[in-house]
Amino acid sequence: MRGLLLRLVFAVALPALLVTVWWVASAGSTDVYWPPLRTILAAFPDVWTAQRLRSDVLPSVLRLAGGYALAAALGVALGTVIGSYPRVRAVCEPVLEFLRAVPPPVLVPVIMLFAGIGDTMKVMVIAAGCVWPVLLNTVEGVRAVDPVMAETARSYGITGVARLRNLVLRSASPQIFAGLRQALSIGIILMVISEMFAASNGLGFTIVQFQRGFAIPDMWTGILVLGLLGFLLSVVFRSVERRALGWYHGLRASARRSP
Amino acid sequence: MRGVNAALGAAGLAAFLALGEAVPRLGLVEETYFPPTSRIAEALADETGDSAFWTALGDTLTGWALGLAIASCAGIVVGVLISVVPYLRAATASTIEFLRPIPSVALIPLAVLLYGTELRSVLLLVVYASFWQVLIQVLYGVQDVDPVADETARSYGLGTWARIRHVLWPTALPYVMTGVRLAAAVALILAITSELVIGAPGLGKRIGVAQTSQAVPEMYALIVVTGLLGLLINVGARTVERRALAWHQSVRGEVAV
Repeated sequence: MRGLLLRLVFAVALPALLVTVWWVASAGSTDVYWPPLRTILAAFPDVWTAQRLRSDVLPSVLRLAGGYALAAALGVALGTVIGSYPRVRAVCEPVLEFLRAVPPPVLVPVIMLFAGIGDTMKVMVIAAGCVWPVLLNTVEGVRAVDPVMAETARSYGITGVARLRNLVLRSASPQIFAGLRQALSIGIILMVISEMFAASNGLGFTIVQFQRGFAIPDMWTGILVLGLLGFLLSVVFRSVERRALGWYHGLRASARRSP
Repeated sequence: MRGVNAALGAAGLAAFLALGEAVPRLGLVEETYFPPTSRIAEALADETGDSAFWTALGDTLTGWALGLAIASCAGIVVGVLISVVPYLRAATASTIEFLRPIPSVALIPLAVLLYGTELRSVLLLVVYASFWQVLIQVLYGVQDVDPVADETARSYGLGTWARIRHVLWPTALPYVMTGVRLAAAVALILAITSELVIGAPGLGKRIGVAQTSQAVPEMYALIVVTGLLGLLINVGARTVERRALAWHQSVRGEVAV
């Protein structure tokens, strides 16, 4: 009980201190760009009404989900194929390394040429940026399948889908999740950027509108919402990961206990 | 085997370039959207003859290098400090977990208001994004310190500074290097993004200008340049990592016992 309380104090103390410092330091601020925290928080419920959540936040999140899911499916599928055949991998590797090295936001102007400025463009931009970390990590993970296990599977006659599901994807899953985590932060960046370029709704669009209209407290609330969204998504990701990789973390913990 | 792989890789690259030439020539996609490889190469050659291109490249690299340097130093100092001072780690964990996932692009409007299209705008975004990469790796690295080694150092009467120097730092260095390598890639992305979106001088801005003026081959040429830059940074970071960690097991490889 005391341990829990202490942990809670530790978790809350610094954030509370930082917010207090922000509150006090900005309380008398007359600087247009740094409005008092009080003003920002007061603006929050006025700006982020249920209607706005529906018309701006929801479309953003849906685009992100669509692009991310597309990238995950494509990345894992292609990565498994490329990782399973050393020759295919040797042919593809330089091209993949180059494509991965292109900073994803420069895809926005290119994809705008093909897909205009609608939702398709945004989903494609997000998918095109997120696919590389997933793909390359899957390739690495599939390549590193334990040869003893692969031999065992072969001698038991496990092939096809069963082999793919129980051996290849399972042993590659820690790597795949590492790729998915990288892809998530790229996805959020691309979601915001694609909306800053050309859009009529969405979080990125709204925040830029506030900034151009010099509605500074409103802009700050937008930054806070983006921060909260990033935080929430990473919490969701972590809980999914913990569930999916529970066996792996358990294995590692027991390996560490008995070296 | 290595030679075969290199040859296959070169073949793959050649096929990729040939495909880029053939697809628009055969009319599978419109040439105005997707110019053939030779047109892009031509535009690239034109770019390299333009002094404005080199200035832009210099601007991008300045933002990248300065931002990365600031973020790395800050990440290492803060990381070591948090780990060494008792209770600081527990006290900062929740704050770090909260601040880290905040997408740095959320700061774009603020950067525009505060610094306009100056270098400082770019630096704000680059430093914020890459700082976390380094910090998290430093924290992981310090956690990895062998308690026996640390206790040994203590019992030999090594002070805090000496323990940081001789026990903590060598253990954390591989993690620090990984952090810096990740941060280098992130810093490039953010440098070019902020130029593209904010309009700070650099390659990103040139891409934006090429796009709005319908100079499609030039736009592709500049994108190829950013990809090559990213590739160079990756290779460079890996080389530095290998040099700096030449003594470390992960690079040295397992020694036969």
